[in-house]
Amino acid sequence: MYRSGLPLLIKVLSFMAIAASIAVEERSVQVRMASPSRFGDKAFEWLTLAMALAVVVLVILIGWQLWIGSSVAIKKFGFHFLVTSTWDPVAEQFGALPFIYGTLVSSLIALLIAVPLSIATAAYLTELAPLWIRQPLVSLIEMLAAIPSVILGLWGIFVMIPWLRDYPFPFLKRLFGWTPFFSGPIYGPSMLAGGIIIAIMILPIITSVSREILRSVPNLQREAAYALGATRWEATRIAVFSYAKKGLFGAVILGLGRALGETMAVTMVIGNTPQIAASLLKPGYTLASVIANEFTEATTDMYLQALFEIGLVLFGITILVNLLAQLLLRTITTTSATRAVQ
Amino acid sequence: MENLVMATPERSVVEAVERMTEAPSTAEPIPACTFQVKNLSIWYGEKRAIDDVTLDIASNAVTAIIGPSGCGKSTFIRALNRMHELVPKTRVEGTVFLNGEDLYSSTVDPAIVRRRVGMVFQKSNPFPTMSIGENVVIGLRLNGVRDRKFLNERLEKSLRMAALWDEVKEDLHKPGTSLSGGQQQRLCIARALAVEPEVLLMDEPCSALDPIATAKIEELIYELKAKYTIVTVTHNMQQAGRVSDYTAFFYLGRLIEFGPTTKIFTNPTERQTEDYITGRFG
Repeated sequence: MYRSGLPLLIKVLSFMAIAASIAVEERSVQVRMASPSRFGDKAFEWLTLAMALAVVVLVILIGWQLWIGSSVAIKKFGFHFLVTSTWDPVAEQFGALPFIYGTLVSSLIALLIAVPLSIATAAYLTELAPLWIRQPLVSLIEMLAAIPSVILGLWGIFVMIPWLRDYPFPFLKRLFGWTPFFSGPIYGPSMLAGGIIIAIMILPIITSVSREILRSVPNLQREAAYALGATRWEATRIAVFSYAKKGLFGAVILGLGRALGETMAVTMVIGNTPQIAASLLKPGYTLASVIANEFTEATTDMYLQALFEIGLVLFGITILVNLLAQLLLRTITTTSATRAVQ
Repeated sequence: MENLVMATPERSVVEAVERMTEAPSTAEPIPACTFQVKNLSIWYGEKRAIDDVTLDIASNAVTAIIGPSGCGKSTFIRALNRMHELVPKTRVEGTVFLNGEDLYSSTVDPAIVRRRVGMVFQKSNPFPTMSIGENVVIGLRLNGVRDRKFLNERLEKSLRMAALWDEVKEDLHKPGTSLSGGQQQRLCIARALAVEPEVLLMDEPCSALDPIATAKIEELIYELKAKYTIVTVTHNMQQAGRVSDYTAFFYLGRLIEFGPTTKIFTNPTERQTEDYITGRFG
């Protein structure tokens, strides 16, 4: 076909050219696909950072505003504000101790009631309940969370308190009346009633968070326990609860955060009396309630300043409780991991 | 007959399965058997996962269950300690005898069955909140053993049997999850052995391990055979060939062929077994 070397050379050269052009072609395909743009990544990073910072800034601003709003009262009363019990707007004497006490005690009662109930419910829902019962029960619990606080408060006043006054309170008094916690007359509106209503309000959040935590426990863990001959309860205890311990504690802290700040319903049933009484059957008052009740009446500057300081104290307590919880969590997890069998 | 086959497999497969029903392929009788499985069928809801399996499992030997994914081998091994009952809506027909006792009799507590039949899983699953030592003795603790001296003796014995003692004897207080993958799996074996079961079931015990860790487990299986009856599920043909004395080939929930491993691997009776072993499907 080729009479001399020249056409062959041409052939070889053209072949090389084609090969080169194919190579170019291949490269150009890559060129046509836009090189990955980092703009999206950067924008995403900055946007999310801005959002995250906004939350932090918001918290700091709220704290700062409360501080500014109460600076005169802080200067006037100093540390005494936290440790005295007189709340006399006319004489402009303000001490927040009964409210601090009321907030802490009512939240503690709420946790004592709500935590066992919520975690038991969550365990039932994830470990024991037949499938057909799970979804309806979950929906009902979520509905409980959707009930407006004020409606729960109304129910508290007109249904719960009369019932508590007639049946459980006299019963508790008969059984435990010899202790200071259940002594004295039965009023109805009381610290215990406040604690119970808060418990109802924080039940859904603790239950649904705990349920998610328990659901996230790998099935392999349960199987490990069952394969050793564990009963349902034993498997739930050694494989599920111990695995989920940390998360469940987080759920409780979330509930506590809610409990400390709960306002409307508790204001309606706690009795709103600024006193520190050992008896849980006596009325009390919380930090959130006093702000809600009295901000419209705060006619003098000092009164308003005192209410702002109450807000600051509540803000501080919430943050402190969360910090303590995190510290506690850290110690729990490190000690349990190093516990030996010997 | 049509409801015996779960999916809609090729015609040739259906025919092969039907042929099997007429001529069950039991090899020479097994000398002494720990499990006697008779006409076992298992349903998950409407789906039949195990279909009329009859099989004897020899004592102090390793029986390997092989077969493609979804053939029911995991379900079968779980039926031997009633673990499959943890899945809702399971139904069982037929009988499983463990050393002469019917495991599915109404008077038998599944928790007791699982104490007699230990199990090791595909992925190692030590309890992360417990130390290495606690992980090993937790089964005894569940059985109410409180005697420290006894627990410590059994702890060492089990770890030695699982060939892990020398590696962890200084670190018994460390969390079980601090070990490497292969060590964790041997820890799980020690945990299963601590309650002195009559049988050890292994559900693909090496599938998440590297070759060196796998070799250690295989060696361990070989050693444990002297004391225990072992049933292992495996995806790995070479492993089945290396460690087992008997092999059962499952396909679509049915036992296609069962016999001594050497026979199954060198001279299978069924064409399907041969096809699977030589890698033509599965």
